[in-house]
Amino acid sequence: MSTPDRALLVGALLLAALPVFAAESPQLGTPITPAEMAAWDLSIQPDGRGLPAGSGNAVTGKVIFAEKCVVCHNEEGKGQPFDRLVGGQGTLTSAAPIKTIGSFWPYASTVFDYIRRAMPLVAPQSLTNDEVYSLTAYLLSLNGVIKERDVMNAKTLAKVKMPNQGGFIVKYPEK
Amino acid sequence: MSDKPVETATPPEAVAGNGLLHRRLFLTQGAALVGTGGLALLAARPAGAETLTVPTWTKSIGAPMSGYGVPSKYEEKVQRIVRPGAPGAPGTGGSRTPLELINGTITPAGLHFERHHNGIPDIDPAQHRLVIHGKVKRPLSFTMDSLLRYPTVSRIQFLECSGNSAVGWAKDAAQQSVGNLHGLLSCSEWTGVPLSILLDEAGVEPGAAWVLAEGADSAALSRSVPLPKAMDDAMVALWQNGERIRPEQGYPMRLFLPGFEGNMNVKWLRRLQVNDGPTMTRDETSKYSDLMPDGKAWLFTYTMGVKSLITSPSHGFKMQGPGLYEISGLAWSGAGKIRRVEVSADGGKTWGEAALTDPVLSKSLTRFRMAWRWNGGPAILKSRAIDETGAVQPTRDELVAQRGERSNYHYHGIQPWSIAATGEVTNVHA
Repeated sequence: MSTPDRALLVGALLLAALPVFAAESPQLGTPITPAEMAAWDLSIQPDGRGLPAGSGNAVTGKVIFAEKCVVCHNEEGKGQPFDRLVGGQGTLTSAAPIKTIGSFWPYASTVFDYIRRAMPLVAPQSLTNDEVYSLTAYLLSLNGVIKERDVMNAKTLAKVKMPNQGGFIVKYPEK
Repeated sequence: MSDKPVETATPPEAVAGNGLLHRRLFLTQGAALVGTGGLALLAARPAGAETLTVPTWTKSIGAPMSGYGVPSKYEEKVQRIVRPGAPGAPGTGGSRTPLELINGTITPAGLHFERHHNGIPDIDPAQHRLVIHGKVKRPLSFTMDSLLRYPTVSRIQFLECSGNSAVGWAKDAAQQSVGNLHGLLSCSEWTGVPLSILLDEAGVEPGAAWVLAEGADSAALSRSVPLPKAMDDAMVALWQNGERIRPEQGYPMRLFLPGFEGNMNVKWLRRLQVNDGPTMTRDETSKYSDLMPDGKAWLFTYTMGVKSLITSPSHGFKMQGPGLYEISGLAWSGAGKIRRVEVSADGGKTWGEAALTDPVLSKSLTRFRMAWRWNGGPAILKSRAIDETGAVQPTRDELVAQRGERSNYHYHGIQPWSIAATGEVTNVHA
């Protein structure tokens, strides 16, 4: 158990040490420009910041899904052997909740972000931005979030509101 | 509470019901051990020793030195418990630390649990880069060689997957070893560069509140870290137990966030993007969130709750007859140090305080031990940890009352083991 005095002393040492630590950094980072790191700059924020140029709709997405995704996610994203992507609305309070893009995911930006960085499993980061928009549109359309002909691009995807966006309770910072 | 530690008149060293003895019997230092004799854990002394002969290994030249030692061939059974995520996708899933087969608090690097989302990348450190960008004054790229010149800190701390012990949520107690049940838990000495040094060098801009961390694996796994944590005790870890981090732990570098759920400790770290808000990645929304009975999900439940479990005896052990035994286990908390561990041998009616083995470190595994004279009758063993914030490890019933049975993550309920009169040890909800 620290005594109050000891806690104060440790606190004072920390305060004294921190600026010195920062100043003693060897400063070996090399400046990097947005253009130089574009290939790694993949994250999409929930308000759509980061979405690239390109577009697609569910009609084209359905064709790509049949070619590249169905082996893991099954017909119309109904799942097996990997995650179910479609349906499950109304199940979250049941004994067997089904968490899919339509029933659970709070932000449409996440669908684009995740497909582009990690899918398909055997060939991640192989899809074009148009393909990612098309697949995103297909999955949103299967879940009834958008219509089949709706075009998804940086502007329209940013405006899509997911059915379960209000279904989360933020627990950080802890109270 | 009716279950506070009880002092019993006989036998004199008893501290709680059904044979729990005072922890001084197992103190590691001092005079307490002298003369007890009873520390021999065998229940019954064998009838007679065999006649000794000089073995061949004493009469011949032993093996030479080696460049990198490996465990004895007699210990080959000590292996991680490998569980692929799905057929045809060996890179997904995890492996668990066989907690019942190791002792102390440090996990050998080769037994540290794994959880991968698309396999272990084969990263050439000479080509790897760590980039810091976003809301910073100076976007920077670091090479491995440059990072190795930075000031470092070392800390012995645990890492636990928030999905550890998830079978605890199931109605029926799973009949599996403690490694199977709870082995997404390991503890290492981590050495690396305080993240605050690197963020200060890049110059965090006003309005920044989160840092997105991303790996270089083929899942490009990404999680948002609150800036206060990133500036507090977060580390870019380069070393584990004295050697460079193993490939399956993130070689050449991983993010280490003491006390936070395992998934956030991004392996193969390549990019840190300073942002004004959380990115709401797939792994922090659709996966590592905790669904409550009302259909709402808790988001950003980072700190691993106060927890303990008895590793010996545990499921699958067979008691060797009545007598003195050491109860041994692990306790930890993502909020700080373990203050106290209590053990019960009567299903939670009475509790005795266990001995904590030094050093008791913050956000680390603490080994506790308790002397127990088993009378050969049925018993239910439990352990209960209390951390320095005063948080008490809950029972399963208390957790389920609060969170239902579908939240999947962050199970930290008390683990009961049932000892039958036959000596069989099984998992029970009790």
